[in-house]
Amino acid sequence: MVGIVSLGAYVPRLRLQRAAVVEAVAWFNAGLKVLGKGERAMAGWDEDTITMALEAARDCLAAGDRSRVAKVVLASTSLPFADRQNAGVVKEALNLRDDVAAQDATGSMRAGTSALLDALYAARGGAGEILCLASEQRRARPASEAELMNGDAAAALLVGTEGLIAEFLGGHSVTVDFVDHFRASDRIYDYAWESRWIRDEGYGKIAPAAVNAALAKFGLTAADVDRFVLASPMRGVNAQVAKACGIAAGAVQDDLGTRMGDAGCAQPLLLLAHALADAKPGERIVLVGFGQGCDVLVFQATDAVTAPSERLGVKGWLARRKPESNYVKHLFFGGALALDGGMRAEADQKTALTTLYRNRKTVLGLVGGRCTKTGTVQFPKSEISVAQNVRMIDTQEDYPLADRLARIVTYTADSLAYTPDPPGYYGTVEFEGGGRLLTEFTDVEADAVSVGQPMRMMFRIKAIDEQRGFKRYFWKAVPDYRASTIKPEGEQRGERHQR
Amino acid sequence: MASGIRDKVAILGMGCARFGERWDADAANLMVEAFEEALGDAGVDVAQIGAAWLAVGFDTANVGPSGIPLSVALRLPNIPVTKVENFCASGTEAFRGAVYAVASGACDIALAMGVEKLKDTGYGGLPVRSRGPYIDNIGVVGSAPGGFAQIASAYREKFRIAPQELKRALAHISVKSHANGAKNPKAHLRKPITEEQVLNAPMIAEPLGLFDCCGVSDGAACAIVTTPEIARLLGKTDLVTVKALQLAVSNGWESQGVGWDGSYFHTTRVAAARAYNEAGVTNPRLEISLMEVHDCFSITELVTMEDLGVSADGQAVRDVMDGVFDADGAIPCQIDGGLKCFGHPIGASGIRMIYENYLQLLGRAGERQRKTPPVMGLSHNLGGHPNQNVAAIAIVGLQGA
Repeated sequence: MVGIVSLGAYVPRLRLQRAAVVEAVAWFNAGLKVLGKGERAMAGWDEDTITMALEAARDCLAAGDRSRVAKVVLASTSLPFADRQNAGVVKEALNLRDDVAAQDATGSMRAGTSALLDALYAARGGAGEILCLASEQRRARPASEAELMNGDAAAALLVGTEGLIAEFLGGHSVTVDFVDHFRASDRIYDYAWESRWIRDEGYGKIAPAAVNAALAKFGLTAADVDRFVLASPMRGVNAQVAKACGIAAGAVQDDLGTRMGDAGCAQPLLLLAHALADAKPGERIVLVGFGQGCDVLVFQATDAVTAPSERLGVKGWLARRKPESNYVKHLFFGGALALDGGMRAEADQKTALTTLYRNRKTVLGLVGGRCTKTGTVQFPKSEISVAQNVRMIDTQEDYPLADRLARIVTYTADSLAYTPDPPGYYGTVEFEGGGRLLTEFTDVEADAVSVGQPMRMMFRIKAIDEQRGFKRYFWKAVPDYRASTIKPEGEQRGERHQR
Repeated sequence: MASGIRDKVAILGMGCARFGERWDADAANLMVEAFEEALGDAGVDVAQIGAAWLAVGFDTANVGPSGIPLSVALRLPNIPVTKVENFCASGTEAFRGAVYAVASGACDIALAMGVEKLKDTGYGGLPVRSRGPYIDNIGVVGSAPGGFAQIASAYREKFRIAPQELKRALAHISVKSHANGAKNPKAHLRKPITEEQVLNAPMIAEPLGLFDCCGVSDGAACAIVTTPEIARLLGKTDLVTVKALQLAVSNGWESQGVGWDGSYFHTTRVAAARAYNEAGVTNPRLEISLMEVHDCFSITELVTMEDLGVSADGQAVRDVMDGVFDADGAIPCQIDGGLKCFGHPIGASGIRMIYENYLQLLGRAGERQRKTPPVMGLSHNLGGHPNQNVAAIAIVGLQGA
């Protein structure tokens, strides 16, 4: 038996209000007014598909045993690096062993479901547990439909053969060079064809045929489908395809378009994670990935699907939100508009790759040191312990700090130093169990920072080397999202289940 | 057993360029301006100087590397010139080099020069710079006010002081320094200000506003030192001698270890204890006549009062509001305007502080001269950020004091 072992998601906190976009651009394109409802997830300046994938992965692995992960796959059409394994950065940030495989999957809106299919087939063949991630942050031309409909988010599914919450019944793929939109390798933005044609000839014909073929292949009928998951930036397409297949309207899962937009190749995986969070044991779920063809994956929820878990999941991350109505900020964060950062923004952000490599556990993994003799925890790890009253040399073992709760010791809000999102909050935090770090804060509310406040660490972009196109990543502190009213969806499930 | 520096070295002469936005001057001009005054004061010839130390904080933004810029600007006769950099404590560090050289007997007369040309960057505040390829990966690239503002957050928390109450005390510090700077013809900022102006100024780094920050200035200051014996042979009668010269450098405990609460400067406390011991001071509040401390930001001056032991812990706000550190208070602090108004050309600052104490001890401070004749002046020079820094303390006093 092969299937889904656990799931996770990440949706950035900012939610761009579509009404704000429409207000800014409707003078130019009045047709966009009909799309002014709801909100879309918008990555902060310091987030990209690597950082979002990492958060989804942490959500998925939560308290689980990371040592079982044999491979990390990252699917996306908006990866920061064209040549530097993006999944490898996630692997380092997860502090996984070096004898773990990694791979990026890209090239189509189907990259997420295809990566998941491959992971399932590989796990069935004995490849071990595979962490399948999908993440998107697609840029869209200002005043385009895509600008309103896209959303930034990531999903994570751990695939394996034991402890399944959903069994994989089988998959089916068709490949057709149906070019609804494309983006050349040297271009920033998509070029899209007429939506009516995409709906009728694309989704309307390719998807139902693939779904029907898949159901027939596994001896199922439309009536056997309890949950039908199809993501599309076009509203109502999921219901249209379900209807064409004879699948009950009640089985069609919300595409979350009004709440977060469409996260490209990550959306099918995110919606699967969302569906599984509500699924009852025994339910059959059909997942469709569309893009130059179609992937159809059929799952059946196991009894373990209702087991409590630590994850926030799609629901938890959706609940952690801050409405954003500043369209200019959206343009700036997305790189569509350059603002004058002043001379302080000119500072050279060149990264010494030799230094980064030597210290990759420290920098990417937030691994500190703990003295095996005195128990002193410190960051960064060093040959000679920072403990003041004893002199210990070479006594430290690796001590990961990324998942530890921390509290603010000192802080400020800096309006002088350059940051794309001023003022720059930073300060010293102290970890539960020891160790401290002076670091930047992100996702903070103005005037809501205080000494003693609980914080959690998130892997974010630290600096962007515009001159060379490199990104520097490190860990920042964010207000403890688990301490707020947001409950892990797994926990909610557990409570409901107990009743 | 080392006996310390007390009374082993005398100041022969000092000089200080006018601080400010010196659009007219290169670093070399500033150094010559300070040096000519010091040389005249010392009454010696350039050829008698045996060794020199040059302090610069941001060399890439002005003079560039090495001791050569000093040697060339002053046309020194190929004597040893050492350039030192220890963040904002660089000036005191250069002074320490010169004083130690004389005390060791390696040379009779030595020169310490501090200079900084900051106004060639094109923007306000200190230049942005790398902390090296490793720290750049994991450190915070904040501003100087952002670094020091954090002290306020922890200090408020520790002593349960309302934000407005602390802000008012900080305002008092800046108002006081502006009043003092107005009387100093070499000061960068010479306009008196009001508490309302301070409280309503734009925020730079919460809770520090514009007037909580010192001036970023061009300037140079220098000292020519020798032994008390040589000074007398050269005809000097009222001698100002070095009583203590201490440096304490963070080893990472505050930033990485256990126990520092972020509300004070650990290194200042260490350096102060050593300096008082070296100078034979047992009660600084009674024995130190005046202080020049590193008031890069108002909050730094406030907590430094406690770190130097002149205020009890948690009592600096009260002492400040009581006027203890005003020019006519019990123990004036920044009687020349301090970094706040005299200005803060990084490499020069430590020596500028000693310059002021030297003038005050000799009764040569003009309009701002302390009425009660001072006998012992302390200067405190701090570089880096609160959680990792270099603290330097120099105590100078009248010989015999």
